[in-house]
Amino acid sequence: MKKFRFAWLTKTLAISLALVFSTVFLSSCGKKEEKKAAKAVAPPIKIGVAGAHSGDLASYGIPTVKATELVVKKKNAAGGINGRQIEVLVQDDACKPEFATNAATKLIDDGANVVIGHICSGATKAALSIYKDGKIVTMSPSATNPPLTQSGDYPNFFRTIASDDAQARMEVDFALNTLKLKKIAIIHDKGDYGKGLAEFAREFLGQEKGAEVVLFEGVTPGGLDYSAIVKKIQENGADGVIFGGYHPEASKIVTAMKKKDINIPFISDDGVKDETFIKVAGEYAEGVYATGPKDTSKNPLTIQAIEEHKKAYNEDPGAFFLNAYSAALALVNAIEKSGSTDYDKIVAALRTEPVDTPLGSIKFDAKGDAIGVGFSVYQVQNGAYVEVQ
Amino acid sequence: MHIFEEIKKSTITAVWFVFLTFPIMVIRVNTIHKTIEWRWDNMIMVAVGSFALSFVWRYFMEHRQAPKPEAMGRGVPWIQNARQAIKHPVFFYSAIALLTVFAVIFPFIFSRYQVNIMTTALIYVMLGLGLNIVVGLAGLLDLGYVAFYAVGAYSYALLHLHYGLNFWICLPLGAGLAALFGIILGFPVLRLRGDYLAIVTLGFGEIIRLVLENWNEFSKGPSGIAEIPRPPIPGVELSLSESSVFLYFLVIILTLFTVFVVNRLRNSRIGRAWIALREDEIACQAMGVNKTATKLTAFALGATWAGMAGVIFAAKTTFINPASFTFLESAIILSIVVLGGMGSIVGVIASALILILLPEYLRAFSEYRMLLFGAVLVIMMVFRPQGLVSTVRQTYQFKGLKKDKEVG
Amino acid sequence: MTSSFFAEKEIYNGLLLSRTIILQELINFLMDYFLELLLGGLTKGSIYALIALGYTMVYGIIELINFAHGEIYMIGAFTALIAASILNMLGLGQITILILASILAIIYSSAYGFTMEKIAYKPLRHSPRLSPLISAIGMSIFFQNYVLLAQTSDFLPFPSLLPEFEFLQPYRHIIRSPEIFILFTTVVVMVLLTVLIKFTKVGKAMRATAQDRKMAMLVGVDVNKIISMTFVIGSSTAAIGGVLIASFIGQINFYIGFIAGIKAFTAAVLGGIGSIPGAVVGSLILGCTESFATGYVLSDYEDVFAFGLLVLILIFRPAGILGKSSSEKV
Repeated sequence: MKKFRFAWLTKTLAISLALVFSTVFLSSCGKKEEKKAAKAVAPPIKIGVAGAHSGDLASYGIPTVKATELVVKKKNAAGGINGRQIEVLVQDDACKPEFATNAATKLIDDGANVVIGHICSGATKAALSIYKDGKIVTMSPSATNPPLTQSGDYPNFFRTIASDDAQARMEVDFALNTLKLKKIAIIHDKGDYGKGLAEFAREFLGQEKGAEVVLFEGVTPGGLDYSAIVKKIQENGADGVIFGGYHPEASKIVTAMKKKDINIPFISDDGVKDETFIKVAGEYAEGVYATGPKDTSKNPLTIQAIEEHKKAYNEDPGAFFLNAYSAALALVNAIEKSGSTDYDKIVAALRTEPVDTPLGSIKFDAKGDAIGVGFSVYQVQNGAYVEVQ
Repeated sequence: MHIFEEIKKSTITAVWFVFLTFPIMVIRVNTIHKTIEWRWDNMIMVAVGSFALSFVWRYFMEHRQAPKPEAMGRGVPWIQNARQAIKHPVFFYSAIALLTVFAVIFPFIFSRYQVNIMTTALIYVMLGLGLNIVVGLAGLLDLGYVAFYAVGAYSYALLHLHYGLNFWICLPLGAGLAALFGIILGFPVLRLRGDYLAIVTLGFGEIIRLVLENWNEFSKGPSGIAEIPRPPIPGVELSLSESSVFLYFLVIILTLFTVFVVNRLRNSRIGRAWIALREDEIACQAMGVNKTATKLTAFALGATWAGMAGVIFAAKTTFINPASFTFLESAIILSIVVLGGMGSIVGVIASALILILLPEYLRAFSEYRMLLFGAVLVIMMVFRPQGLVSTVRQTYQFKGLKKDKEVG
Repeated sequence: MTSSFFAEKEIYNGLLLSRTIILQELINFLMDYFLELLLGGLTKGSIYALIALGYTMVYGIIELINFAHGEIYMIGAFTALIAASILNMLGLGQITILILASILAIIYSSAYGFTMEKIAYKPLRHSPRLSPLISAIGMSIFFQNYVLLAQTSDFLPFPSLLPEFEFLQPYRHIIRSPEIFILFTTVVVMVLLTVLIKFTKVGKAMRATAQDRKMAMLVGVDVNKIISMTFVIGSSTAAIGGVLIASFIGQINFYIGFIAGIKAFTAAVLGGIGSIPGAVVGSLILGCTESFATGYVLSDYEDVFAFGLLVLILIFRPAGILGKSSSEKV
């Protein structure tokens, strides 16, 4: 009898709780639907955001979602695009090609008009053919692989970041002409971005006379200790390091170098020109060079974007935030100027209508690379990136 | 009285979880601006949530079907009845017919996204069934199964890139190459058991991935290989959506083929040798089973399906890079096998569909997707530790005696 | 180092010293390189060891590859970071912060380990062998995303809590205090765990549980309590690892546990899984292999060397370096 009563009680409790939960859940869903219905005077414009939002590369994908949401929120508050509200569709691809294709078809099915993404070049390549087929303009804040634009295979693709070869060119020129380095060690993180860049740097250095590559090696991303490779850089007599990769590895290598009293220039890329790098590497970040988009820090739009982020999320923005913010602004502007969500019109507007973004006033060339994003070399001085060239 | 007892238990749970999640959920420090954010609303959420869920959890724990090793899945009458009902020919054939009709009309009634993820899920069914040979039947814990998947995918991509071979030639070639790699892996690990085997296979998987990542001249490194063609039909030009429907049917056919072969294998001489090996290695050897050959065939045949799935995978995504072949992938495939019920074909199919489609349908929860996926994995294991469909050990009954007598 | 060597070489050349001295110098120099690589490898190894100890301990008692162990380490590091930041704002001294943050990290990691065992592993005590493994993978994914959502996806700087010793300053290019600290802690933790298992009553109960759970129960061992305790102790070592390693590396995010976990697992198996000294030996060998592979061959393939060594050792010693290969009775 006792047993029975116990079971009965728990059962009733469990079932009633389950009921309460499901009603709450359903009603909240229902509310959402209602809200949508109420708003749907004009159908909303849908911007898809695809990228890594889970897994090891999530920290490079999530800032893009936040950037887009900030831009859209502001635009919606100001009445939307030509009276139409904007809706953000977020899809995770974990930087894996197979999820990227799924995310892409999902976005197309959900009726996305334009897409901001993807984050990794590999995932972008996998997804692009699907967007191309669906006639959807895609703009990546971070996919730097050169063939994406240069091959001409993807007329629907645009990006607000420089391609690997352009950045590598700049780094090599800076190392040879300004710093007058003779023996350069090239280190990369074996990733699709870092290694691609390192390969270009090696190629360009091979064409130049007067400098040699003394070391070309990859480090394991997420490794616990890079003292061995740092030791090897020293052993090979390098007088400068070019690093291709992201800031977590860069800060570990820089820290290990400084701790071993190896004071040679460290030149890196966009993935390192990130506030997080300075925060994480702290005093060891001093003197590090990195290439990145021009005049970002003084641009009022940049200051405004970062302020918005701090207000909304109570933390500093993460990787590729400004690129994503600019991409969102560029797409919103193109839709607004062209007055429609028609593929050809958006493409035309992107190519002809300049837009003010944190990266400067930009429009896009026929291949899809941004024009107007000047690049320059920065150096960490007193805890901030300062333009040096 | 009991209700108070229950409430007390739940309160204790709630207090414990509030304590547990306090630093991570409530506090967020900003080390740069030296500010602390206190998110008390999260604490209330955790308290209410864990209080409520603790009732649900205890209710289901109370009624959980305790896994009894001697009668897994047979003890509960309705499962037994269900088994009987499924075996009934009328039910069985009508179910098959319904499934067939559904599978055939599926791409025409659902959107392309649905077809796409279904194709992915079916690829995982093949992978699951392949790994089922190694883990489920032969009892060899393989944590590097994804290596063979990579071998298949890269053989198609590279053979196409360098020699222009098309999909139909690469499909058997990829499978064959994967089988070869299976044997290469099989040799050194013959002596290893249990978890030592697991870590060596894990290492093997990582080595394959690292080589693909580092050896640019061979595999194009981390930037991967793009523009891999989808499976062509000679003489017919396919649009992208037609091509994905075609791929869907192709994968259906290959999955059926896999099911057929694995089913036949399981009841064959070699299949019984695998099961014997799983149950007791020493007794198995004493019975005269060639351990080396049996283990190697298990690795080779398991790898074959992974190779085949890899070729299809490359053709489906049209782009591959080493990022798709990480350890986590192996772990997911292993989860499919274990969740399905080791050695059970129906179970593996069901769990592959669940585990691969679930994260896709969880997309509605956007950022909570993987959190829920992890939780579901734990919950499913807790409530069905023996897998969705537990295998009933094959029993043979001797029926021929009467007939023999008559003849005699 | 390099510059001083070349400078010296020039002076020697100028003095027209005999070739043998230059050769001698070269050998010294190479030895120096070797020594530094070795020390780097040992540091890396002891980092692995701090995580591997917990792995091997849990495995030794219940034969479960606890994939979520790396996540416990990560949660320990996060707790320490949060605690340290708050304490820092209160203006406490470095040593006090280190001690308090470590204690909090240990408490929370143990609590997580304990709860995880109760939810995800205890109900699976009598189920097929692989089921707890899958539930461990599920736990690992859950914890990663839990911290990702509740905290941040970004990398956070971790303050260097470890004190710098004055007397080490002259040798700072070879070894620094955090490294000594890590090496020392690893040895202490190893010794403590060995003593605990070999000589205490709890240890005896643990060994009994490991050998035969049913028999242990029959002779009056509270098996559930012992297993919970194992998780608590294992998680505590992970927390200590979390504080030290994060402080050494200087940054954390939600994913650090997964990468470190796989390496630590490899190390534990290499040394013979279930053996406490084995975990340390395996970790040190793994660390040195990686260091030398990078130093003398190619860092691209350091993991290939690490796993290759693992395969080689297991071929010749199928139960790991210090593992006992038990011959099975029929």
